[in-house]
Amino acid sequence: MPDPTRPLLHASGISKFFPGAVALDEVELTLLPGEVHALLGENGAGKSTLIKCLTGAYRRDGGTITLDGAEIDPVSTNESQALGIGTVYQEVNLLPNLTVAENLFLGRQITRGGLLRRRAMIRAAREVLLDYGLDIDPAEPLTSYSVAVQQVVAIARAVEMSGKVLILDEPTASLDREEVQLVFSVIRKLRERGLAVVFITHFLDQVFEISDRATVLRNGRVVGERDLSQVTPNDIVTLMLGRQLEERVHERKGGRAGEVLVEVEALGKRGMIEPFDLTIHQGEVVGLAGLLGSGRTETANLLFGAVQGDQGRLRKRGREIRITRPRDAITQRFALCPEDRKTDGIVGDLSVRDNIILALQARQGWTRPLPRAKVNEIAEHYVRALDIRLASLDMPIRLLSGGNQQKALLARWLATQPELLILDEPTRGIDVGAHAEIIALIERLREEGMALLVASSELEELVAYSTRVVVLRDRRQVGELTGDQITPSNIVAAIAAEEPKEATA
Amino acid sequence: MSATTSSVFKRILPQLIILAVVLALNVIVFPGFLNIEVHNGRIFGNLIDVLNRGAPVALLCIGMTLVIATRGIDLSVGAVMAIAGATAASLVSDGHHWTTSLLGALLVGSLCGLWNGFLVAVLRIQPIVATLVLMVAGRGIAQLITEGTILTFIDPGLIRLGAGTIIGIPTPILIWIALGAGAILAVRRTALGMLIEAIGINEASSRLAGINSRVLLICVYAMTGLCAALAGVIVAADIKGADANNAGLWLELDAILAVVIGGNSLLGGRFSILASLLGALIIQSVNSLILLSGMPPEFNLIIKSVLILCILVIQSPKVGHLIYMLRASSLHVPPPETPSRRVLTPKEDAQ
Repeated sequence: MPDPTRPLLHASGISKFFPGAVALDEVELTLLPGEVHALLGENGAGKSTLIKCLTGAYRRDGGTITLDGAEIDPVSTNESQALGIGTVYQEVNLLPNLTVAENLFLGRQITRGGLLRRRAMIRAAREVLLDYGLDIDPAEPLTSYSVAVQQVVAIARAVEMSGKVLILDEPTASLDREEVQLVFSVIRKLRERGLAVVFITHFLDQVFEISDRATVLRNGRVVGERDLSQVTPNDIVTLMLGRQLEERVHERKGGRAGEVLVEVEALGKRGMIEPFDLTIHQGEVVGLAGLLGSGRTETANLLFGAVQGDQGRLRKRGREIRITRPRDAITQRFALCPEDRKTDGIVGDLSVRDNIILALQARQGWTRPLPRAKVNEIAEHYVRALDIRLASLDMPIRLLSGGNQQKALLARWLATQPELLILDEPTRGIDVGAHAEIIALIERLREEGMALLVASSELEELVAYSTRVVVLRDRRQVGELTGDQITPSNIVAAIAAEEPKEATA
Repeated sequence: MSATTSSVFKRILPQLIILAVVLALNVIVFPGFLNIEVHNGRIFGNLIDVLNRGAPVALLCIGMTLVIATRGIDLSVGAVMAIAGATAASLVSDGHHWTTSLLGALLVGSLCGLWNGFLVAVLRIQPIVATLVLMVAGRGIAQLITEGTILTFIDPGLIRLGAGTIIGIPTPILIWIALGAGAILAVRRTALGMLIEAIGINEASSRLAGINSRVLLICVYAMTGLCAALAGVIVAADIKGADANNAGLWLELDAILAVVIGGNSLLGGRFSILASLLGALIIQSVNSLILLSGMPPEFNLIIKSVLILCILVIQSPKVGHLIYMLRASSLHVPPPETPSRRVLTPKEDAQ
């Protein structure tokens, strides 16, 4: 057992400059053997940059790193891996079309005379994975297992190759509650084995559940190192934000919904979502709740015309309308912030300014460009109103942090002055500060009389802003909650009700 | 949209430097390279030749830049040149006025572009495959029009487009500069450029933002067809005949090369027509250099490829990053005082 008080990895004075910006300013990080160390901070605080400096993906501009008492200076991720620092990223960095065993041993295959020993690898893989509490067939392709299992395979690979320090960059971001527990049980085993585990996440409850200590970054500096048994989540959030977070859950204003805006009648698409009815009033927030794959996103996409339904009718203010593509929806003053910001939302290489006016300009048509002064006025207005943090409106939007990208997308749609705003997972993958601001914004838009339809997997969040919650299960609407009925436990009950499963494949 | 004069200059600076270097090499091997003379009201000189001979590729690369910006490619432009040349020659030999034949050729070129656009935007066929169809079929179509011969003509109006002058300047130069300037104004003074870039960067997002990508894509391919047709007419007019087999042969590759030398990514997105046009001039200057240096012709292709390779290496992301880092490290920025949480609005930024 290594000495639990002598640091396994110690990084001090780590600095990193990007042209015109300081990404890390004399950052210090100490990892003890046998601890889970949370690395916390808002988006853009410098977490990823620090990790990249530690793993050699970036060259640091100052500072020293010692591992096991010896100074190291990795110049590539391969070198840091060989030294003992393994990394697992949010998106599983494995090859989905290879088998589990091949993934586990990729780059260090068991061979004899230059030939692969497939059987031996499968046997070895099975043994390794059993250590991680996974009893699966390593000869199966990786894709035949859930993301959580893939994540554990990635962890196993990183630990087997490195074995001293394991860096987990948002490993639980796309996992559900039970899957998180699977990953956590693996992390606990590794802690017992004396590894130092760095855990990066946006979920504070997970931080407190699994981590021993935490280092908090803000604006490229360490603002605190805390023993988590000594502090409360509020302390950590305060550290991260540098200010007291406003009360997260807002008192529901009993605001009365206005007149009917949109009526949906038996809208559906075979194999995607069962026909559903839905009425949305002005000045109300309709929440869509349900498990992953229950039809939340499908409902949103169908309503916006991102996917064309094969049946059903739509009325807006009593008048029949047809929506077969997003352009139709936009003409009707609908707007959709999609679930996957990167692939369906931002246009990465275009400037923040162009991204904000994109939908408005597309609606106007290319022959009638918005005058430059007007463009700047709109963009600056929303940058101020939504507190989008950026160096310049000319910078490509992909350089913004997740929360600021999301706000810019909201700005894109608010600029079109929508009557119905559809938000699909508006707070996914963004930091606590932006999270609270977006929830406040939803509240404000509702008060101004906009109709909102919000799909989210975060129940507390849905409860906070919804005036009505529609519950979906197995691609079908199964319940609706209003007023005081809207509580997390009621939503869970509605999702779980009618448990006897039909005997379908 | 956000193009100010200085940012445009910064964008085309590498191309300007490369062009200057290649022109300087021309001067070294042929000291009289920069001389320009006027005989019988027409200007002559090697520099003018570069501008004149570069016209077909310059015209092609205007459309090609737009197509590539949408993450596409058009392999058929060489064949479309042949079709357009054949159409113009055939119409004018049938006794039509030269303007009618020109318009006919442009119409046929646009139709070819619409066909490509239909395959790409509506049927969703990969651009490289979709345009390969016309690349192969196009020469066949051109041969049908010329009935297998080199269709010559003597109409002075049509010939003037390729071999004539206007106020002493060869017509092809005026045509490509005019079309280039027109295209640049059209994409940057309207929202067209931004929308094309949006489609090229992220078509899914663009569609969800309400951009009519189908119509825009078709328009872009039609524009490319139009440019190719104009190039085809110029080439035919220059030799006073339409050669279905050789007109525009392999020029699609030169056009793509011009776009790439212009620093435009084949993965689509941000584009600069001006830089592509400079790319076309660079290619023509390289051709001129090989010619003037008096090297045995069997070396031509090898020298050309070596020169092009050098240009591409200089422009490669690795080398670019190296230069960028060198510049950045010499320009050490002191860490700012406690970065504020407030937004730095662009207005403050500008001051």
